[in-house]
Amino acid sequence: MVKGIEATGIPVVHVCTVTPISLTVGANRIVPAIAIPHPFGNPALDAGEEKKLRRSIVEKALKALTVEVTEQTVFK
Amino acid sequence: MSKFKVVHYINQFFAGIGGEEKADIKPELREGVVGPGMALQGALGEDVEIVATIICGDSYFNENLEEAQKEVLAMVEKHNPDLFIAGPAFNAGRYGTACGTIAKAVQNNLGIKSVTAMYIENPGVDMYRKDLFIVETGNSAAAMRKAVPAIAKLALKLINNETIGGPSEEGYIERGVRVNYFADKIGAERAVDMLVKKLKGEEFKTEYPMPVFDNVEPGKAIVDLSKAKIALVTSGGIVPKGNPDKIESSSASKYGKYDIDGVMDLTEATYETAHGGYDPVYANEDSDRVLPVDVLRDLEKEGAIGELHRYFYTTTGNGTSVKNSRAFADEFAQELLADGVDAVILTST
Repeated sequence: MVKGIEATGIPVVHVCTVTPISLTVGANRIVPAIAIPHPFGNPALDAGEEKKLRRSIVEKALKALTVEVTEQTVFK
Repeated sequence: MSKFKVVHYINQFFAGIGGEEKADIKPELREGVVGPGMALQGALGEDVEIVATIICGDSYFNENLEEAQKEVLAMVEKHNPDLFIAGPAFNAGRYGTACGTIAKAVQNNLGIKSVTAMYIENPGVDMYRKDLFIVETGNSAAAMRKAVPAIAKLALKLINNETIGGPSEEGYIERGVRVNYFADKIGAERAVDMLVKKLKGEEFKTEYPMPVFDNVEPGKAIVDLSKAKIALVTSGGIVPKGNPDKIESSSASKYGKYDIDGVMDLTEATYETAHGGYDPVYANEDSDRVLPVDVLRDLEKEGAIGELHRYFYTTTGNGTSVKNSRAFADEFAQELLADGVDAVILTST
């Protein structure tokens, strides 16, 4: 789906836990997530801390969208 | 004569330990065969013995790559087998990447021959086809009966140090390796034969398949986020509670488009996941963990982004064919374009 969308010229950032799969699939902007069943969260944290964590990943993803890339890039 | 030794690697599901709720279990070593190892042992015959089975949760392996590899390698080393078999993983993505990763590590670090097996669209294939013999299987465990003899056949050849023939002959996925051999006809004759067949519209088989490069050009970076319209898309299967469009829990044949106008937070009462390929507990409790609507609303309010697009698009990514996924995206990408979306955050589990 990443490629199908990006083919239109709209930039896509792929947020996922297993980044090697994302690289194989062909995403250009990749941001690593927390874990497979909760990429944007961590149930072990309290609600406030968890939301902060989520926000940090979303901000990283948004930042990746502002960076020009010429090849597949993982934003660690 | 003592028997040849094989160590077999499988995931928590095939070991009968559990489904996604057990996908985080650490590697465990058991003596003898477990699950599909039984059929495999039968097909391998009397000269070969599966001495041990290593079981590891798919999520654990993929989330702790370094650690998991180290643990599994130590278990394999303990038994010092003649051959290592991983899978078959069919079209299970995390299982396939785990099988490929560990089979490659066993081969390279321990110098023990390895074989694995999976469906051609499994992401593990593209990652490891050049390093490993990957027996081609069907896309689900229903194909086990066919997969087992194919794996056993190649395994026996490897154990006995026999010459391994070409991919189509032996049933493994092309590794991109070229082997010299003496053909009956010279190249010019073969080329002309091929050309004649092509002109007649008959089927012919190229000796030099061209690689398929279908990567897409990266989209242009967003200059001003505070004016950008951001859309959310997910393969994590987040849907309104009750899954109104009945998106399949795996091998999805459709995607959903849902209006989140005025939705500030995805709650347990309103949203859930339809995905059958990971433990749904956390996503069902709070779907923002997969589709971060709450945070994007905050950022929208603060003016950090222009706006969150009114609709999100969703499907379940497990076992869903590349062809279907591509078709979904081709369709809704046109809508995103028409709606003036500037960028997409695509989330996967």
